[in-house]
Amino acid sequence: MAEIMPLFREGHFYSSEEVDLVRVPLVVLCSVVGLLCFTPPVYAMHISEGFLPPLWCGVYFALSVPLVLLGFLQVRRLQDSHARMFLALAGAYIFLLSALKLPSVTGSCSHPTGTGLSGILFGPVVTAFLSSLVLLFQALFLAHGGITTLGANILSMGIAGPFTGFLVFQLLRRYRLTPAVFFAAFTADLATYVVTSFQLALAFPGRSFLFSFARFMSLFAVTQVPLAVMEGLLTVALFEYLKTRMGAELTRLGVRIA
Amino acid sequence: MKGKILLLFLCCVVLFFVSLRLGQHQGDLAGADEEAQAIIQEIAPDFSPWFSPLWEPPSGEIETLIFALQAATGGLIIGYILGKRSTH
Repeated sequence: MAEIMPLFREGHFYSSEEVDLVRVPLVVLCSVVGLLCFTPPVYAMHISEGFLPPLWCGVYFALSVPLVLLGFLQVRRLQDSHARMFLALAGAYIFLLSALKLPSVTGSCSHPTGTGLSGILFGPVVTAFLSSLVLLFQALFLAHGGITTLGANILSMGIAGPFTGFLVFQLLRRYRLTPAVFFAAFTADLATYVVTSFQLALAFPGRSFLFSFARFMSLFAVTQVPLAVMEGLLTVALFEYLKTRMGAELTRLGVRIA
Repeated sequence: MKGKILLLFLCCVVLFFVSLRLGQHQGDLAGADEEAQAIIQEIAPDFSPWFSPLWEPPSGEIETLIFALQAATGGLIIGYILGKRSTH
Protein backbone atom coordinates (compact mmCIF):
# COMPACT_ATOMS: atom_id res chain seq x y z
CA MET A 1 0.00 0.00 0.00
CA ALA A 2 2.76 2.39 0.96
CA GLU A 3 4.36 1.95 -2.45
CA ILE A 4 1.14 2.53 -4.34
CA MET A 5 -0.12 5.63 -2.53
CA PRO A 6 2.53 8.06 -3.77
CA LEU A 7 1.50 7.22 -7.33
CA PHE A 8 -1.86 8.84 -6.78
CA ARG A 9 -0.45 12.01 -5.36
CA GLU A 10 0.03 15.09 -7.47
CA GLY A 11 2.59 14.88 -10.19
CA HIS A 12 2.41 11.15 -10.89
CA PHE A 13 -0.79 10.14 -12.58
CA TYR A 14 -2.55 13.43 -12.13
CA SER A 15 -1.26 16.98 -12.00
CA SER A 16 -2.77 19.17 -9.28
CA GLU A 17 -5.00 20.87 -11.85
CA GLU A 18 -6.30 17.53 -13.02
CA VAL A 19 -7.12 16.40 -9.50
CA ASP A 20 -9.23 19.55 -9.05
CA LEU A 21 -10.88 19.04 -12.35
CA VAL A 22 -12.22 15.69 -11.27
CA ARG A 23 -12.73 16.28 -7.59
CA VAL A 24 -14.33 19.70 -7.37
CA PRO A 25 -17.16 19.17 -9.89
CA LEU A 26 -17.88 15.68 -8.55
CA VAL A 27 -18.18 16.78 -4.94
CA VAL A 28 -20.44 19.67 -5.91
CA LEU A 29 -22.48 17.47 -8.23
CA CYS A 30 -23.09 14.80 -5.60
CA SER A 31 -24.02 17.23 -2.84
CA VAL A 32 -26.34 19.21 -5.08
CA VAL A 33 -28.16 16.15 -6.37
CA GLY A 34 -28.52 14.84 -2.82
CA LEU A 35 -29.83 18.15 -1.54
CA LEU A 36 -32.32 18.78 -4.26
CA CYS A 37 -34.07 15.43 -4.31
CA PHE A 38 -36.45 16.66 -1.65
CA THR A 39 -37.60 20.09 -2.85
CA PRO A 40 -41.10 20.95 -4.04
CA PRO A 41 -41.86 21.74 -7.72
CA VAL A 42 -41.13 25.32 -8.75
CA TYR A 43 -40.55 27.45 -11.84
CA ALA A 44 -37.91 30.03 -12.59
CA MET A 45 -36.70 32.74 -14.94
CA HIS A 46 -36.49 36.51 -15.41
CA ILE A 47 -39.14 38.94 -14.20
CA SER A 48 -42.01 38.98 -16.69
CA GLU A 49 -43.28 42.00 -18.58
CA GLY A 50 -45.43 44.31 -16.46
CA PHE A 51 -44.86 42.34 -13.28
CA LEU A 52 -42.87 44.99 -11.47
CA PRO A 53 -44.56 48.18 -10.20
CA PRO A 54 -43.60 51.27 -12.28
CA LEU A 55 -41.69 52.86 -9.41
CA TRP A 56 -39.37 49.88 -9.10
CA CYS A 57 -38.94 49.69 -12.86
CA GLY A 58 -37.72 53.28 -12.74
CA VAL A 59 -35.35 52.59 -9.84
CA TYR A 60 -33.75 49.63 -11.60
CA PHE A 61 -33.44 51.48 -14.90
CA ALA A 62 -31.74 54.35 -13.07
CA LEU A 63 -29.29 51.88 -11.49
CA SER A 64 -28.46 49.80 -14.55
CA VAL A 65 -28.54 52.23 -17.48
CA PRO A 66 -25.39 54.15 -16.41
CA LEU A 67 -23.47 50.88 -16.13
CA VAL A 68 -24.67 49.68 -19.52
CA LEU A 69 -23.55 52.98 -21.07
CA LEU A 70 -20.21 52.72 -19.30
CA GLY A 71 -19.89 49.18 -20.65
CA PHE A 72 -20.69 50.41 -24.15
CA LEU A 73 -17.91 53.01 -23.89
CA GLN A 74 -15.48 50.37 -22.65
CA VAL A 75 -16.41 48.07 -25.52
CA ARG A 76 -15.82 50.86 -28.04
CA ARG A 77 -12.40 51.43 -26.56
CA LEU A 78 -11.35 47.83 -27.24
CA GLN A 79 -9.09 48.17 -30.26
CA ASP A 80 -7.00 45.04 -29.99
CA SER A 81 -8.30 42.41 -32.42
CA HIS A 82 -7.80 39.60 -29.91
CA ALA A 83 -9.74 41.49 -27.25
CA ARG A 84 -12.56 41.95 -29.75
CA MET A 85 -12.47 38.26 -30.54
CA PHE A 86 -12.85 37.43 -26.84
CA LEU A 87 -15.67 39.96 -26.62
CA ALA A 88 -17.54 38.22 -29.44
CA LEU A 89 -16.89 34.89 -27.77
CA ALA A 90 -18.16 36.08 -24.36
CA GLY A 91 -21.24 37.66 -25.94
CA ALA A 92 -22.00 34.56 -28.01
CA TYR A 93 -21.63 32.42 -24.89
CA ILE A 94 -24.26 34.48 -23.03
CA PHE A 95 -26.48 34.37 -26.13
CA LEU A 96 -26.15 30.60 -26.44
CA LEU A 97 -26.59 29.67 -22.79
CA SER A 98 -29.57 31.93 -22.14
CA ALA A 99 -31.43 30.20 -24.98
CA LEU A 100 -31.05 26.78 -23.39
CA LYS A 101 -33.93 25.98 -21.09
CA LEU A 102 -32.79 23.04 -19.03
CA PRO A 103 -34.73 20.74 -16.73
CA SER A 104 -34.10 21.08 -13.03
CA VAL A 105 -34.51 18.54 -10.26
CA THR A 106 -37.25 20.75 -8.82
CA GLY A 107 -39.56 19.78 -11.67
CA SER A 108 -39.35 22.89 -13.80
CA CYS A 109 -37.11 24.43 -16.43
CA SER A 110 -34.87 27.46 -16.32
CA HIS A 111 -31.88 28.66 -18.28
CA PRO A 112 -28.28 29.42 -17.31
CA THR A 113 -26.93 32.93 -17.85
CA GLY A 114 -23.42 32.47 -19.27
CA THR A 115 -22.27 35.73 -17.70
CA GLY A 116 -19.53 34.10 -15.61
CA LEU A 117 -17.12 33.76 -18.52
CA SER A 118 -17.62 37.36 -19.58
CA GLY A 119 -17.16 38.44 -15.96
CA ILE A 120 -13.84 36.59 -15.79
CA LEU A 121 -12.59 37.99 -19.12
CA PHE A 122 -13.90 41.56 -19.01
CA GLY A 123 -15.42 42.27 -15.59
CA PRO A 124 -18.97 43.31 -14.75
CA VAL A 125 -19.21 46.60 -16.67
CA VAL A 126 -18.67 45.19 -20.16
CA THR A 127 -20.84 42.20 -19.22
CA ALA A 128 -23.67 44.59 -18.29
CA PHE A 129 -23.62 45.87 -21.87
CA LEU A 130 -23.48 42.39 -23.42
CA SER A 131 -26.31 41.10 -21.21
CA SER A 132 -28.49 44.08 -21.99
CA LEU A 133 -28.33 43.14 -25.68
CA VAL A 134 -29.34 39.54 -24.97
CA LEU A 135 -32.14 40.59 -22.59
CA LEU A 136 -33.43 43.13 -25.11
CA PHE A 137 -33.48 40.47 -27.82
CA GLN A 138 -35.43 38.08 -25.62
CA ALA A 139 -37.85 40.77 -24.47
CA LEU A 140 -38.59 41.93 -28.03
CA PHE A 141 -38.70 38.65 -29.93
CA LEU A 142 -39.57 36.03 -27.35
CA ALA A 143 -41.75 37.88 -24.82
CA HIS A 144 -39.25 36.52 -22.30
CA GLY A 145 -38.45 38.98 -19.54
CA GLY A 146 -39.78 42.38 -20.60
CA ILE A 147 -39.16 45.96 -21.68
CA THR A 148 -40.50 47.46 -18.46
CA THR A 149 -38.56 44.96 -16.36
CA LEU A 150 -35.43 45.26 -18.51
CA GLY A 151 -33.67 47.48 -15.96
CA ALA A 152 -34.31 45.00 -13.16
CA ASN A 153 -33.23 42.04 -15.26
CA ILE A 154 -30.06 43.81 -16.41
CA LEU A 155 -29.25 44.55 -12.77
CA SER A 156 -29.58 40.88 -11.79
CA MET A 157 -28.21 39.08 -14.84
CA GLY A 158 -25.90 41.72 -16.31
CA ILE A 159 -24.46 43.36 -13.20
CA ALA A 160 -24.96 41.39 -9.96
CA GLY A 161 -24.18 38.00 -11.52
CA PRO A 162 -20.95 38.86 -13.35
CA PHE A 163 -19.83 41.11 -10.49
CA THR A 164 -20.10 38.17 -8.08
CA GLY A 165 -18.38 35.89 -10.59
CA PHE A 166 -15.61 38.42 -11.12
CA LEU A 167 -15.03 38.78 -7.36
CA VAL A 168 -15.05 35.02 -6.79
CA PHE A 169 -12.59 34.51 -9.64
CA GLN A 170 -10.23 37.16 -8.30
CA LEU A 171 -10.39 35.68 -4.80
CA LEU A 172 -9.96 32.02 -5.74
CA ARG A 173 -7.54 32.70 -8.58
CA ARG A 174 -4.72 33.05 -6.06
CA TYR A 175 -5.04 29.39 -5.14
CA ARG A 176 -6.10 27.39 -8.18
CA LEU A 177 -7.28 28.32 -11.63
CA THR A 178 -9.83 25.60 -12.39
CA PRO A 179 -11.94 25.87 -9.21
CA ALA A 180 -11.79 29.66 -9.61
CA VAL A 181 -13.34 29.39 -13.08
CA PHE A 182 -15.91 26.86 -11.94
CA PHE A 183 -17.09 28.84 -8.92
CA ALA A 184 -17.03 32.13 -10.81
CA ALA A 185 -19.49 30.72 -13.36
CA PHE A 186 -21.47 28.90 -10.67
CA THR A 187 -21.89 31.93 -8.41
CA ALA A 188 -22.54 34.32 -11.31
CA ASP A 189 -25.42 32.13 -12.41
CA LEU A 190 -26.81 31.69 -8.91
CA ALA A 191 -26.38 35.31 -7.81
CA THR A 192 -28.50 36.40 -10.76
CA TYR A 193 -31.51 34.58 -9.40
CA VAL A 194 -30.84 35.50 -5.78
CA VAL A 195 -31.01 39.14 -6.85
CA THR A 196 -34.16 38.47 -8.87
CA SER A 197 -35.78 37.02 -5.73
CA PHE A 198 -34.60 40.05 -3.75
CA GLN A 199 -36.08 42.45 -6.31
CA LEU A 200 -39.43 40.66 -6.33
CA ALA A 201 -39.54 40.48 -2.52
CA LEU A 202 -38.81 44.23 -2.31
CA ALA A 203 -41.63 44.99 -4.72
CA PHE A 204 -44.03 42.49 -3.17
CA PRO A 205 -43.20 42.25 0.54
CA GLY A 206 -46.71 41.02 1.48
CA ARG A 207 -46.79 40.17 5.18
CA SER A 208 -43.05 40.51 5.63
CA PHE A 209 -40.09 41.06 3.33
CA LEU A 210 -38.26 37.99 4.65
CA PHE A 211 -41.21 35.67 4.13
CA SER A 212 -41.61 36.95 0.59
CA PHE A 213 -37.88 36.67 -0.09
CA ALA A 214 -37.86 33.06 1.12
CA ARG A 215 -40.74 32.21 -1.20
CA PHE A 216 -39.10 33.71 -4.26
CA MET A 217 -35.75 32.22 -3.29
CA SER A 218 -37.18 28.72 -3.10
CA LEU A 219 -38.66 29.38 -6.52
CA PHE A 220 -35.80 30.98 -8.41
CA ALA A 221 -32.56 30.12 -6.67
CA VAL A 222 -33.15 26.47 -5.82
CA THR A 223 -34.18 25.54 -9.36
CA GLN A 224 -31.05 27.28 -10.59
CA VAL A 225 -28.53 25.26 -8.54
CA PRO A 226 -28.15 22.21 -10.86
CA LEU A 227 -28.12 24.51 -13.88
CA ALA A 228 -25.41 26.59 -12.26
CA VAL A 229 -23.34 23.44 -11.80
CA MET A 230 -23.78 22.58 -15.48
CA GLU A 231 -22.79 26.09 -16.46
CA GLY A 232 -19.75 25.85 -14.20
CA LEU A 233 -18.61 22.61 -15.84
CA LEU A 234 -19.17 23.97 -19.35
CA THR A 235 -17.32 27.18 -18.56
CA VAL A 236 -14.37 25.21 -17.18
CA ALA A 237 -14.29 23.18 -20.42
CA LEU A 238 -14.33 26.28 -22.62
CA PHE A 239 -11.78 28.04 -20.44
CA GLU A 240 -9.55 24.99 -20.58
CA TYR A 241 -9.58 25.20 -24.37
CA LEU A 242 -8.91 28.95 -24.33
CA LYS A 243 -6.07 28.50 -21.86
CA THR A 244 -4.38 25.86 -24.02
CA ARG A 245 -4.93 27.38 -27.45
CA MET A 246 -5.03 31.10 -26.72
CA GLY A 247 -3.03 31.42 -23.51
CA ALA A 248 -0.91 34.32 -24.73
CA GLU A 249 -3.95 36.30 -25.84
CA LEU A 250 -5.69 35.66 -22.52
CA THR A 251 -2.67 36.98 -20.66
CA ARG A 252 -2.62 40.06 -22.86
CA LEU A 253 -6.28 40.63 -22.04
CA GLY A 254 -5.25 40.78 -18.39
CA VAL A 255 -6.49 37.36 -17.29
CA ARG A 256 -3.86 35.67 -15.15
CA ILE A 257 -3.76 32.03 -16.17
CA ALA A 258 -0.28 30.94 -15.14
CA MET B 1 -6.76 18.81 -22.70
CA LYS B 2 -9.13 16.79 -24.90
CA GLY B 3 -9.65 14.19 -22.16
CA LYS B 4 -10.43 16.86 -19.58
CA ILE B 5 -12.94 18.59 -21.82
CA LEU B 6 -14.61 15.30 -22.72
CA LEU B 7 -14.86 14.41 -19.04
CA LEU B 8 -16.45 17.77 -18.27
CA PHE B 9 -18.96 17.34 -21.09
CA LEU B 10 -19.74 13.86 -19.80
CA CYS B 11 -20.37 15.28 -16.30
CA CYS B 12 -22.74 17.83 -17.87
CA VAL B 13 -24.66 15.15 -19.76
CA VAL B 14 -24.93 12.97 -16.65
CA LEU B 15 -26.14 15.91 -14.59
CA PHE B 16 -28.65 16.77 -17.32
CA PHE B 17 -30.20 13.33 -17.26
CA VAL B 18 -30.18 13.10 -13.45
CA SER B 19 -31.86 16.51 -13.39
CA LEU B 20 -34.39 15.41 -15.99
CA ARG B 21 -35.24 12.14 -14.27
CA LEU B 22 -35.62 13.68 -10.81
CA GLY B 23 -37.45 16.69 -12.24
CA GLN B 24 -39.99 14.57 -14.05
CA HIS B 25 -41.18 13.17 -10.75
CA GLN B 26 -41.39 16.58 -9.12
CA GLY B 27 -43.34 18.55 -11.73
CA ASP B 28 -44.29 18.82 -15.36
CA LEU B 29 -41.05 20.61 -16.38
CA ALA B 30 -43.09 23.48 -17.79
CA GLY B 31 -40.34 26.05 -17.81
CA ALA B 32 -42.28 29.23 -17.31
CA ASP B 33 -42.20 32.40 -15.26
CA GLU B 34 -45.84 31.68 -14.51
CA GLU B 35 -45.24 30.27 -11.05
CA ALA B 36 -43.54 33.53 -10.03
CA GLN B 37 -46.54 35.39 -11.38
CA ALA B 38 -48.78 33.11 -9.31
CA ILE B 39 -46.80 33.87 -6.15
CA ILE B 40 -47.07 37.59 -6.89
CA GLN B 41 -50.85 37.27 -7.29
CA GLU B 42 -50.96 35.40 -4.00
CA ILE B 43 -48.85 37.92 -2.07
CA ALA B 44 -50.45 40.97 -3.67
CA PRO B 45 -53.93 40.03 -4.91
CA ASP B 46 -54.64 43.62 -5.97
CA PHE B 47 -51.70 43.79 -8.34
CA SER B 48 -52.25 43.25 -12.02
CA PRO B 49 -49.55 43.50 -14.69
CA TRP B 50 -49.58 47.04 -16.04
CA PHE B 51 -47.83 46.34 -19.32
CA SER B 52 -47.97 43.46 -21.76
CA PRO B 53 -45.33 42.32 -24.25
CA LEU B 54 -45.26 44.36 -27.47
CA TRP B 55 -45.07 41.18 -29.50
CA GLU B 56 -45.39 37.56 -28.55
CA PRO B 57 -44.43 34.53 -30.61
CA PRO B 58 -47.79 33.44 -32.07
CA SER B 59 -47.27 29.80 -31.08
CA GLY B 60 -45.03 27.50 -29.10
CA GLU B 61 -43.47 26.30 -32.36
CA ILE B 62 -42.47 29.82 -33.41
CA GLU B 63 -41.07 30.47 -29.95
CA THR B 64 -39.01 27.28 -30.18
CA LEU B 65 -37.77 28.40 -33.59
CA ILE B 66 -36.54 31.72 -32.23
CA PHE B 67 -34.90 30.09 -29.23
CA ALA B 68 -33.21 27.62 -31.58
CA LEU B 69 -31.99 30.47 -33.77
CA GLN B 70 -30.61 32.24 -30.72
CA ALA B 71 -28.70 29.15 -29.60
CA ALA B 72 -27.50 28.41 -33.14
CA THR B 73 -26.18 31.95 -33.59
CA GLY B 74 -24.29 31.77 -30.31
CA GLY B 75 -22.89 28.35 -31.15
CA LEU B 76 -21.92 29.42 -34.64
CA ILE B 77 -19.91 32.40 -33.40
CA ILE B 78 -18.17 30.35 -30.70
CA GLY B 79 -17.38 27.58 -33.17
CA TYR B 80 -16.08 30.02 -35.75
CA ILE B 81 -13.73 31.71 -33.28
CA LEU B 82 -12.41 28.49 -31.75
CA GLY B 83 -12.05 26.84 -35.16
CA LYS B 84 -10.28 29.78 -36.69
CA ARG B 85 -7.77 29.85 -33.86
CA SER B 86 -6.99 26.16 -33.89
CA THR B 87 -6.12 26.16 -37.62
CA HIS B 88 -3.44 28.83 -37.15
